[in-house]
Amino acid sequence: MNSAGNALEDLVYRFIATVAVVLPDDVSNKLLELARMENSPYGKIIYNAVLRNNELARSRKLPLCQDTGTPEFQVAFGEGFKHKEELLAAIRKAVAKATLNGFLRPNAVDPVYNKNTGDNMGRILPWIDVELVPRSSDAVVQLYLAGGGSTRASGAVVVDPADGWEGVFRFILELIAEKGMYTCPPLMVLGVGVGPTISIATRLSKKALLRPLGARSPDPWVSEMELALEKAINKLGIGPQGLGGAGSVGEVHIEYGERHPASMAVAVTTSCWALRKGQLIIRNDYSFDVTTHRGGLIDA
Amino acid sequence: MRDELTIEAPVKNRGILENLRTGDVIYLSGLVATARDEAYRRIALMNEEPPLSLEGWAIFHAGPIMKRMNNKWQCLSIGPTTSIRLESYSPSFIERTGVSIIIGKGGMGRGTAEACRKHRAIYAVFPGGCGVLGASFVKEVIDVKWLELGIPEAMWILRVERLGPLIVTIDATGRNMAEEVKSEAKSRMNEALSTIREGLTKKRMHEEKP
Repeated sequence: MNSAGNALEDLVYRFIATVAVVLPDDVSNKLLELARMENSPYGKIIYNAVLRNNELARSRKLPLCQDTGTPEFQVAFGEGFKHKEELLAAIRKAVAKATLNGFLRPNAVDPVYNKNTGDNMGRILPWIDVELVPRSSDAVVQLYLAGGGSTRASGAVVVDPADGWEGVFRFILELIAEKGMYTCPPLMVLGVGVGPTISIATRLSKKALLRPLGARSPDPWVSEMELALEKAINKLGIGPQGLGGAGSVGEVHIEYGERHPASMAVAVTTSCWALRKGQLIIRNDYSFDVTTHRGGLIDA
Repeated sequence: MRDELTIEAPVKNRGILENLRTGDVIYLSGLVATARDEAYRRIALMNEEPPLSLEGWAIFHAGPIMKRMNNKWQCLSIGPTTSIRLESYSPSFIERTGVSIIIGKGGMGRGTAEACRKHRAIYAVFPGGCGVLGASFVKEVIDVKWLELGIPEAMWILRVERLGPLIVTIDATGRNMAEEVKSEAKSRMNEALSTIREGLTKKRMHEEKP
């Protein structure tokens, strides 16, 4: 590979390591806020451990959680970005290298042969969603590490339009009451997608999950629903690590699109407290910006 | 809520476990073995012999990140995995192995609670997601069994020092804190739904948006 390709591989490698080791700014701030608010007897113990852990991870440059999840990439290529193929190849190589060097745990298991591929490579992995953006010459790379436990309370269903949002709320509350405690609560973001089909709703729920904390839906009625759902979920009393407490969710984000006359699909994508995500903008001259981590990329 | 008690594992005298109650916070020193989905399946479902005698042992539901350096395994990150996945195998696993302490996260179900009561064992939660904190208590990777299952699923034998905090959520009387939190959450469902209705300035959900 040429030296430019190597530079991209090295950049993506450091990006992956950073996402596995350091929480993004918005998550880190929300975590402190949740820790301050929590008054349950075990909340203090849990948050002490969590904050100590995150400091240790940063200083030792080690993955803050051993489950580095399934690395899910989303790449938005500006039509004018010149290194598309190079970047896709760099992502693949960087994932393998990050696995070899212990920034990612080998998490790719072939379900037919029940065999761990060993390097996070496989038939569909690393997962890269690609979209093309007109009138841009940058590439925007988003990475989300989808942990096994954290996605456990995710789910989707088609509700009858007659039940409408009431059906959506009921589905979400039942899901979280039953499974929320198994996903390392507080759930940092509960991403909700509503649309005509499950596959579209699921994509929207992922978009909701990755929306920065503190950013409400621009639709006033939807942002009101987000706040109301947060209150309702916290009322369930699941608390940090499911040991009971006031804070069970950081924020609820809802993304929606039109439904079908006969169906209203809702998908929920959950995250644990350790929502590990990052965004990297790469320009044609290989200069870059990390928009999610104030401290920039770690040396890995 | 008792705090700061350190338990030596493997546990020779289960009397010390019988004195613990749900909500107690303990620490663990000595030996611990990791076991999760595949190890449980082999032992509890396929009746395979465990690779070593686990009588009185502490079991950690965990799939660590390990790195081989200078011919020795080093634990980079280790924290609990979601224990409820192992619930269906758990009673038989406890019965067959004789483990005395189970460490995981999220809590377990009725079968495990009943098995803990019967076999004088406990289940405790280590804060989930705290992989580097967990690794800081691992003093030595002593051995690895069933490595063919892959790094997360292999059975790692570790020497730990004051691994914790561990919050007991199933005690040897069979009391189960996780089940209590869950049934409380379910009982608050309707109240929570009303909260949403009250939180919306639009009273009827089918009305047009403002």
